[in-house]
Amino acid sequence: MEILLAIMTGVLYAAGIYLILRRSLVKLIIGIVILGNGVNLLIFLMGGLVKERPPLIPEDGKMLEGVFADPVPQALILTAIVISFGLQSFAIVLIKRAYKVLKTDDIDTLNKTDDIT
Amino acid sequence: MSEHLTIYPIIVHLLTAILLLLFWMKPQVQRYISILGSAVGIVIAVLLFQRVWENGIQSVQLGNWEAPFGISMVADTLAVTLILLTNIVAFALSIYSTETMVSSRVKFGYYAIFHFLVMGLSGAFLTGDLFNLYVWFEVIIISSFVLLTIGGRKIQIEGAVKYFTLNMISSIIFLTGIAMVYGATGSLNMAELSRIIPEIENKGLMATISLVFFIGFGVKSGVFPLYFWLPASYHTPPAAVSALFAGLLTKVGIYAMIRVFTLIFPLGETNQMILMIISALTIFFGGIGALVQKDVLRVFSYLIICHIGFMVGGLSLFTEVAIIGAVLYMFHDIIVKATLFMMGGVFYRIFGHTKMENMGGLMNNYPRLSLLFAIPLFALVGIPPLSGFWPKVSLFSASYEQGAIFMLIVFIFASLITLVIIAKVWNKTFSKNPTTLPRQKNLRYFDQFSIREKAAFIVPIAMLVGVTLYYSFFAEHFQLIATRIGEELMNSEHYYNAVFKTKEVTEL
Repeated sequence: MEILLAIMTGVLYAAGIYLILRRSLVKLIIGIVILGNGVNLLIFLMGGLVKERPPLIPEDGKMLEGVFADPVPQALILTAIVISFGLQSFAIVLIKRAYKVLKTDDIDTLNKTDDIT
Repeated sequence: MSEHLTIYPIIVHLLTAILLLLFWMKPQVQRYISILGSAVGIVIAVLLFQRVWENGIQSVQLGNWEAPFGISMVADTLAVTLILLTNIVAFALSIYSTETMVSSRVKFGYYAIFHFLVMGLSGAFLTGDLFNLYVWFEVIIISSFVLLTIGGRKIQIEGAVKYFTLNMISSIIFLTGIAMVYGATGSLNMAELSRIIPEIENKGLMATISLVFFIGFGVKSGVFPLYFWLPASYHTPPAAVSALFAGLLTKVGIYAMIRVFTLIFPLGETNQMILMIISALTIFFGGIGALVQKDVLRVFSYLIICHIGFMVGGLSLFTEVAIIGAVLYMFHDIIVKATLFMMGGVFYRIFGHTKMENMGGLMNNYPRLSLLFAIPLFALVGIPPLSGFWPKVSLFSASYEQGAIFMLIVFIFASLITLVIIAKVWNKTFSKNPTTLPRQKNLRYFDQFSIREKAAFIVPIAMLVGVTLYYSFFAEHFQLIATRIGEELMNSEHYYNAVFKTKEVTEL
């Protein structure tokens, strides 16, 4: 299972970076979204996978015993997902606006702000 | 209650921002609230600074979860000094925004977002947890996206696309680094990491992770191959926004770099080498870039990059004196760069544009204003006794003592190229005769302003110039602060003891 998720993380990173390198604004945003998912999966994987042992203290116990799933990465992912959700929705509005104002979807033509004049 | 003073700098700006949201459609009320909030921010920053100066590093465990399980907020001397400077700049910009920000922009929540940004900066300086640092970074960048695009002019949107993309990628790289650190150590508390990391045997892995962090922070601070978003976007928003960005946003990247590379991953020889080369390239390309630009705001943007090289260079030498130099340079740079972009706003109101070819004659037409503007420009070059000179003393002597002649040459080159650039700016904007262009119809020019409007432009600039002058003539105060910062940064046990409240705290 770990090896599968590790490969999956790699695939997501590769796909994200590939899409970011394309010339289209829409693909750029999709690339960032995929890259964001890749990093969430990486955090999840880095916590270590433990099957069917949620970090819950049994009713008659005082503390967790034995091997249990690490709750911290899950909390981190939850935070990261919420943040990237906000940023991505902003990004989508931004490219929609950019398309309206600049009338182009081609990143190569976005060089107005770099002209030396 | 008073032990929570550490997190008040965050809360002040949060409350101010929330209060501002309640007065959404009332720009005039918002202006007063913003100035008031920033003033309270300064008071609290001063109180916190005094507390830390007298009692050593302060820490608060949020939600009363003992470190390393909860999130620690740690105020050491570096953090509080930066918070103090941030609040001073924010106060000046609150006043500056009263006239430069048109009401339509204010009605889109300019002031509220402005305070959320300052809150994010304070949080990033105070936090003692890596993941929390990421969260504050996100607070900062989401606020800066809005500030950058507010108004929605064509050029702003285009700059924002570039700014947005690179900052998102940098956050993702930073988060990757966090995931790797968590996987390797099982902790994200900076103080705890400072104890765990040296004991890990796989040094190669640690070096790799540290460089992942370097790339993440490098994009934020604008070091050599990663800076292209900066000159593409910083000249597009209104002057008040670019002043805030120029003064503080790149510096928070440098702050994170200094924090991570002193506390968590103390620089090894290879990393020092990498940082040195990158610092040299940053200075070189920033300087050359500034030299060829024709728009005064873009010259200033490239100067930001050029001077980031000083701070990275100081960090790369990694001796106490060099860190002191880097930190001193950062203090000087925050104030001066913010002033420069505020001056850019005044240029725009005087000439109606910021193209250097058609500017000029400031010295004849506005002699007193020129004198005021000369101070930050000369301070930037580092003409003694102005503020740029003092950090260079530490940086030069540190590189000489260490035998890093290469860095010495780089620093001297940077000073010279800054001098050439400033001389060019001075020639083209202050002394030569201007070409008169037809005036824009829907822009109010500086000579049409009433006294009150002029004051709103000039008083905040004068305030920051005052801080620069204070830095220049009472440099020993800043030297004293920086010396203490250097000592705290190079000995991570101070930080550790403050977070874990171990016995040694009382002995400090």
